Formats: sequence, C-alpha cells, structure tokens
Amino acid sequence: MSPKPVFQTSGITKIYHMGEVDVPALRGVDVQFFKGEFVVLLGPSGSGKSTLMNILGGLDVPTAGTVHYGDRDMTAFGDAALTDYRRNHVGFVFQFYNLIPSLTARENVALVTDIAENHMAPEEALEMVDLTDRLDHFPSQMSGGEQQRVAIARAIAKRPEVLLCDEPTGALDMQTGIIVLEAIERVNRELNTTTAVITHNAVIASMADRVIYLLDGKISKIVQNETKVAAAHLTW
Amino acid sequence: MNALNLKLIRDLLAMKSQAVAIGLVVASGVALYVMSANTARSLRESQQAYYDHARFADVFASLKRAPKTLAHQVAAIPGVARVQTRVVEAVTLDVPGLAEPATGRLVSVPERGRPVLNDIHLRRGRDIEPNRPGEVLVNEGFATANGLQPGDTVGAVINGRRQDLRIVGIAMSPECIMVVAPGDMFPDDEHYGVFWMGERELASVFDLEGAFNDLNLTLMPGASVAEVIRRLDRLLAPYGGAGAYGRKEQVSNTYLSDEITGVETMARISPMIFLGVAAFLLNIVLARVITAQRQQIAVLKAFGYDRWEVGFHFMKLALFIAVGGAVTGGAFGLWMGRGMTNLYASFYRFPTGYYPDFTVMLTGFLLSVAAASLGVLNAVQRAVRLPAAEAMRPEPPAAFRATLIERIGLQRWFSSSARMTMRNLERKPWAAALSISGIALAAAILMVGNFGQDSVNYMMEFQFEKSLRADMTVALVEASSGRALQNIRHLPGVMHAEPYRSLSVRLRAGHRSRRVGIMGLEGGGDLYHLLNVKEEQVVLPPEGLLLSDKLAELLDVGAGDRVTVEVLEGARPVRQMPVAGIVTEFAGVTAYMQLSALNRLSREGNSLSGAFLAVDPDQQDALFASLKATPRVAGVSVKEAAIASFRKTMQSSMLQMRLFMIFFSCIIAFGVVYNSARISLAERSRELATLRIIGFTRAEISMILLGEIVVITLLAIPLGLAMGYGLMQLMAQAMNTELYRIPVVISRSSYVFSAGVVMVATLVSSLIVRRKLDHLDLVSVLKAAQ
Repeated sequence: MSPKPVFQTSGITKIYHMGEVDVPALRGVDVQFFKGEFVVLLGPSGSGKSTLMNILGGLDVPTAGTVHYGDRDMTAFGDAALTDYRRNHVGFVFQFYNLIPSLTARENVALVTDIAENHMAPEEALEMVDLTDRLDHFPSQMSGGEQQRVAIARAIAKRPEVLLCDEPTGALDMQTGIIVLEAIERVNRELNTTTAVITHNAVIASMADRVIYLLDGKISKIVQNETKVAAAHLTW
Repeated sequence: MNALNLKLIRDLLAMKSQAVAIGLVVASGVALYVMSANTARSLRESQQAYYDHARFADVFASLKRAPKTLAHQVAAIPGVARVQTRVVEAVTLDVPGLAEPATGRLVSVPERGRPVLNDIHLRRGRDIEPNRPGEVLVNEGFATANGLQPGDTVGAVINGRRQDLRIVGIAMSPECIMVVAPGDMFPDDEHYGVFWMGERELASVFDLEGAFNDLNLTLMPGASVAEVIRRLDRLLAPYGGAGAYGRKEQVSNTYLSDEITGVETMARISPMIFLGVAAFLLNIVLARVITAQRQQIAVLKAFGYDRWEVGFHFMKLALFIAVGGAVTGGAFGLWMGRGMTNLYASFYRFPTGYYPDFTVMLTGFLLSVAAASLGVLNAVQRAVRLPAAEAMRPEPPAAFRATLIERIGLQRWFSSSARMTMRNLERKPWAAALSISGIALAAAILMVGNFGQDSVNYMMEFQFEKSLRADMTVALVEASSGRALQNIRHLPGVMHAEPYRSLSVRLRAGHRSRRVGIMGLEGGGDLYHLLNVKEEQVVLPPEGLLLSDKLAELLDVGAGDRVTVEVLEGARPVRQMPVAGIVTEFAGVTAYMQLSALNRLSREGNSLSGAFLAVDPDQQDALFASLKATPRVAGVSVKEAAIASFRKTMQSSMLQMRLFMIFFSCIIAFGVVYNSARISLAERSRELATLRIIGFTRAEISMILLGEIVVITLLAIPLGLAMGYGLMQLMAQAMNTELYRIPVVISRSSYVFSAGVVMVATLVSSLIVRRKLDHLDLVSVLKAAQ
C-alpha cells in the first residue's frame, strides 16, 4: 500500500438547505483512499455515504473542509476543472445503471471513450465485464445485471484512477449482484483502480481491503480486513 | 459518428411525429417568407426594368387644348428631361358580344417611330401603319376579357360619329399595367380598355390638329417632382390644365406598387407568426425532453461532458428540426414563388421574370435557426444549469392541492377523474397557459387565412348596394348643361336620373395637399348615398365639403377645419371651404359637395359630368343600344357587370393566396394541438399506467387525459378568435393605402371555420393519443422507482 493517498479529505461538511431548515449531510469527515485499494462505505440511509461519494466524484462541492485529489485541492476546482476531472480520472456506477436507453451497450461505452484521453476500446471494456455477446443490444433488451455490467464497462473504459460505485447491487438479486461484484473486483485487481463501493449490505464489506462505517454524517469506525473474501463466495 | 450524436438521432426518431409537426410549421413559415420575398423582389425588379425599358414618364398632365409649340416651353422647365405630347380621348364602345356599352381611352401614338415616353410593346399582331385609318392597338387586358384578336373590330362613337376600330395588334404599356377607369373603384378589364391610334388620325377627328390635350414628361436625376409640377401647372393653366401629377398618383403605378408592398408586408408578417409558433412548440417539446432526460443529463455530466457539450446537444435537437424545416420550406417557397410571380404576371400585364435571391433563402434559413434557438434557449439553459448530483435524483413529486372549484365546495359535482384533470391544470398553470396560447394562436392564424374574403364581400355590399344605389352611371365627354340631363332622362328604360359633377381640384391644408376630384351630388338624391362608418346616411350640407375618411387622414383635417380648394378647371378659382363632415369609403380618396354649391364654386352655372340612373330591367337592352349611339356619352358603368367582373378578378387572384394561407394555418393548428396532446401523454403516462394497474379502465384513463386536452382546447378557442381579430386589425393597418382600405369584417362562418379546424385537429390528435394509451406499458411502472 502506497503511503501517498489518492484522496485525502479533511473536515468536510455538507449542509443542504431544505426550505427553512438546514439539513447537515456530512459533519466533518476526514478520510484517505489509497492507490489500488478496495474500500466499502457502509451505513444506513441518510448516513451521508452518497454525499461523500458525490463530493469525491466531483459532482458536488462541500460546504466546508478540503478534498485533495493527489496534490490538487478539489475544493478550489472550477466547473471546467471538475468536468476535466470527471472526464478523465473518475468512473461512476449507479444503483439504477443510468444507461442511455437510446444507445446500445457498445454506444453507451463509446459515450465515454469519445471524450476521454487515455481510454480503451469499448469492446475491450465490455470484454472485461464479460459482455462480448451483448455489444449491440439496447438497455431494454438486457437484464438488470447485464445493464449494470455495461455501466461498469462504461465507467472503466477511460482507465480511471478511481471507480465510485453507489449501491451497484441495490436493484439486483443476489446471484446477479455477485456477478456484478465479480466484475468490479476484476477491474480493481487487473487495472489497479482505487475502488469505492457504497452499500448498506454488510456482507459486501468482507470483500474490501478497508471498511468505512458512516453514521449521521460522521465516520463511526474504520476496519482493516485481515483477509478479503472473493465476491464469488459471498452470500446474503 | 460519436455516441452523443447517435443519441441525438435516436431521440429525434423517437419523437419523429412531433419533430415532423414542428418542422412543417417551420417549413410553412420559411416557405411563405421565401415565396413572398422572392415574389415581391421579382415584381419590383420587373417593374423597374420595364419602366426603364419602356421610358415610363415621371409626370402626367391633361388639359383642354394647347398648341404643340407649348411643348418647348415645358421642356425648358428646369429639371425636365423629355416631353411627349399626345391626344387622349374617352369614347363609348360597342364591343361584339357585350350587351352593355364599354368605355375606351384612345391614346395617340406617332404614325412612324416609337413613342418618346410610355413606349408600347406588341404582344401579338402588328403595329399600326400610316394612312390606314381606323387601325388601333388594344391593351391586353381588354382584349383578353372580351376575347378580341387582331383582325377583330370594335365599334366606337368618336366625336359624334360611329366608327369601326380595327384591332391590328395587342399591346401593353407601362401606363396601363393595371387599368382603372376614372372614378371607378376597381379594375374592370371587360368594360374599360385602352386603344392606341395614329396621332394624325386621332387629332383630326377631335379637331386637335397641331395641338395636344395630354402631356407626359421625364425628369432629370435629382429634379424635384413637386417643383416641376408647380411650374407645369402654371404653364398649362391657361390651356385648361387639370393639374399635373407624379408617378405616385398614376393609378396603374400606384396599384402595382401597393400590391408589391402588400406582398412585402406578408413577407415580413407571415414568418414572424409561423416561426414564433415553431419556437413556442420547440420550447414546450424540448422542455419536456429535458425533464424526461434529467438522469441522462446527469450521467453525461458525471462522465465528464461539460455544460456546453450538454447544452449544444439539446440545441442541436432544435436546430436539426429547424434546419430540416427551413430547407424543405425554402425549396417549396422557391417553387411557389415562381407560381406566385406567374400569377401576378398574368394579372398585371407587364413582362415579369422570376428573380429568386440567394439572400432571401439565407435570410429564411437564418430566421428559422434564430427562432429555434430563441425558442429553446431557456429549456437548454435548464439542462446546462442542472447540477450533476441533483439531476441524479428524479424530480420531486409536484405539490398538489384542491382546486379553487373544490375549495369553494363544488367537488361533489365532479367525478374523481374530472377532479384529476382540474387539479392538473391548476397545478401547472403556466404549462396550461402555454398550451392554451399555442392553440389560440393556431385558431387566430386560421382566421387570418380567411382575411379579405369577408372584407371584400362587405366592401362590395357597402359600395354597390348601400352607397351606390343606381343601376348605371353614365359619364359625359365633358361638363355639359342641364339639357344633357333632360336627354338622358328621355332615353328608353330610364326611370330616374340624378346628375353629378366631378371637378378636378387640389385640396390644401397646411403643408399637405392632394389632387382629387370633388363629386357634386344633388342634395336629397336617392341614387348615391354617402355613409358614415356605421352605415348611416350622411346628408350633404348646403355649404362645405364632405371628405372621405382616408382623404381627411391624408390632409390631417377633421370636421370643422378649413381647407383651401384650388379648382383645376375653367376659371380656376381658389377658395377656402369648411370641412363639414367625414364619410366612409374603402377605395380611393374623394371629396363631396352639393351640386349647386359645386357649380357656384366652379362658376359654371348648371353643369354636370354625368348621371346616376335607375333603369327598368326590361328595357335595359334598348337603353344599351341608345347609349352606344349617343355622342356625348364617354362611358357607361353598369353596376351588375362591374360587380361580376370584379368578383372574377378578385377570386382568381385572392383564391390562391387564401388557399396557401389556409393550408399553412391548418398545419399550424395540427402542429400545436398534436404536440400539446403528445406532451400531456408523455407527462402523464406513468400516472395513467398506475391507474390502469389499480383497476381503471382504458376509457376512464382516456377521459382523464382527453378531458384535459378538451378543456384546454375549449379555453383556447375563444381566446384565439379574439387574437385573430387583433391580427386582422394589424393586417388591415398594414394594407391601408390610398387606393384601398380593407375593413376588418369577419363573418360567422370564418369564426366557425377557425374553431372547427382546431376542434378537428383536437379530435384527430386525441384519437392518436387514445391509440397510444391503449398500448401503455404497465409493467414499466413496477420497475425501478425513478
């Protein structure tokens, strides 16, 4: 494990203004992510997992505190810098896949490879998630698991330094979920991509290097796993 | 092709019927613009080229009689380039196959060589030859209307003698592109013709050898028309000059120029309406697309597409539709412009070419692109501004509440589906207002498509039934004594005759002046009523003038003001006179006086220029025969024949334009209604599918959606009819000229037509939407809770 973190946050808070009340989503989070590390963020609904993920992914900015990506202070990024960051350095996988329904699997991946600098071929990315026979299928012609694997291929096709997955199995049954987790595991291993998976499914935590527990917008504990369980051996 | 553009194309294909509907609206606007602008441009260029080529005069004057040597003095007026003197006389014609007499204007041309000014061009036949008496050329309009060919003869009463005019050729001249008889409202090619005859022959029969009674001249570049006219009038006054006038008051030129201005007006107004509607449609469609694609927009942003790439992506959707429409419309407009120019060419008789202009096409193209861009600007801005993280969440459920109707306790009168419809309308008042105004605009444009038809009918009724009540108007060669009236009264079939006197004058009020005719009518006469705007009869005052409304506007005077009257005939007195009142007229500009007062003004005793006749229909033919043989009669205008001839001309020229307008208006109506219905469907399909799942029948969910569409349509129609009325006022204002004022008159059938088309469009759109409702995907609702 490299001593230099990919991400380092210090004291980040995020407050949403909902009408007349302020709702704090994060209340001073200090956390580090390291190169090639597989991290699981665990916590109940409303614990601030997704907010942290959105901030790390450059989709949102914290109300206070700093986020460093390598040497760079992301809180100082403007819109253009954030866009460039998302374009070339980070990959997203969402709970509901969020594929473009009017594009095929290959074209959904091409959406990313069209603009990223250091990308692989869409077919190569789909091969990594074992979908070479589904290249020209539209989302509506694929199962949920297949759609989520297309989403993973789309996220990794740019060879991101970081892969952020928000409840990637949340909408899937166990068997399909495991296939999806295997794909994420493979990407983490073969591309050495720093990987963060958000979930409220505690079983998934056992495949991580490190598990970060969140509660009420704060880190409640961080657990370093002695041994990682392969996704294939998970059950819930 | 990159993936984003693929998405664009697939999105477009998914909304192809809506895209086509909007594209057609754009195409209609661009087609109307390209057609009108190219037609106007072609007509202007053709007009100018023809005027130059045929040496069309700048100033025109008529007089009683002057020696030809006077022409040298006219030529010596500073600013005058070339002078042409002529003999021009009006005669009564007996045209084979025409029961009623017609009127001819005989114009002299040199026996050898070309006319110096107002050159004539042969369309068929040959030029007249010297020493062959009776040979004439005739203007094309008259020849066509009466089926005359070279070799035919027309009988004429020339200076008291019946003589045959032998037509050897059919010709045109820049002076008579449009021929309107003096005192008439509208062109009547069947009953009024221009004949060109050798000068020596014409001068000899009218005892004008070595003299002239008509003069044209051209000006040097930069010369002042007003100054030349002033000097010319002074020079011609002793010779009975009736006041010179410039091209602006030359009837044929005014007619054609006004018509071209009308086409130009249309080129300005129509694209604004159509492209405005298209922009509006694009806005509501794109706003809807962007709402539906919130998550997709978020994903694009999450993957690093910047805000401009996302914005341009949706902008391209609008531009694609606009460009598609513009190209289609441009091509169609180019083609229609040729047809329209040809139509005008057959109506106005002068050499016309079609000169389509690249800049017109480019302007049409840019206009539609600009309209589309403006239309979608705020929708695209929403996509650009949508924060990536927020977009990932579905739109929060809209806040509903009981409607006003329910709050005041009327809910028990409505079913739950009616309540859903009402709540939905009240929840999104802006969306509802947009749909209502869109459909209202369609209804309004449909009314404009019928513009003119009802107005013309009203004008005809006003002019030919309420105002002019005589069956026939007889014009005499020159002002005559009361004896002439006695003679007319004794003609067969004449039941009643009322004299009139027409006097050429120049009216001045401050720095404004107009050369007009004062019409002297008998007080208490029954064959010519002057009416006000409410169609009430205005009684001629014993002293003072009544002005037509347009003349009052041109002179900027009203009842009670005084004007200076300069008589341009006889002793040419100049007098101050009060304006006693204003009368309504839809064509021309005229002033009116009591005949006795007019005769005192002109110091001519008991004189008349003609008479209005009430005629016994059974003896009409006998009357026609006598009139054709009566020496002092210069022209006879028969009301029935004038109405028929006018209807024929108007129908052929206006019908095509109206058909175009109605066709395009229907496209707009369908475009708007169909898009509104599709958007309602898209916005509500999830909710409706849910209702189906919990047990609503197809008919019930159809009622909810179609009920909304129907309510919107019913609210839109009255608004649209009111807007249509407003649009017509604008059009009438734009078309208000000295020649015509078009009253805004809308018959019930126009309202019914407009409302009917909108309702049919609603019905058809509803049926399409209904079919889609039957195929609602119920399962999708149960899937991901997005």
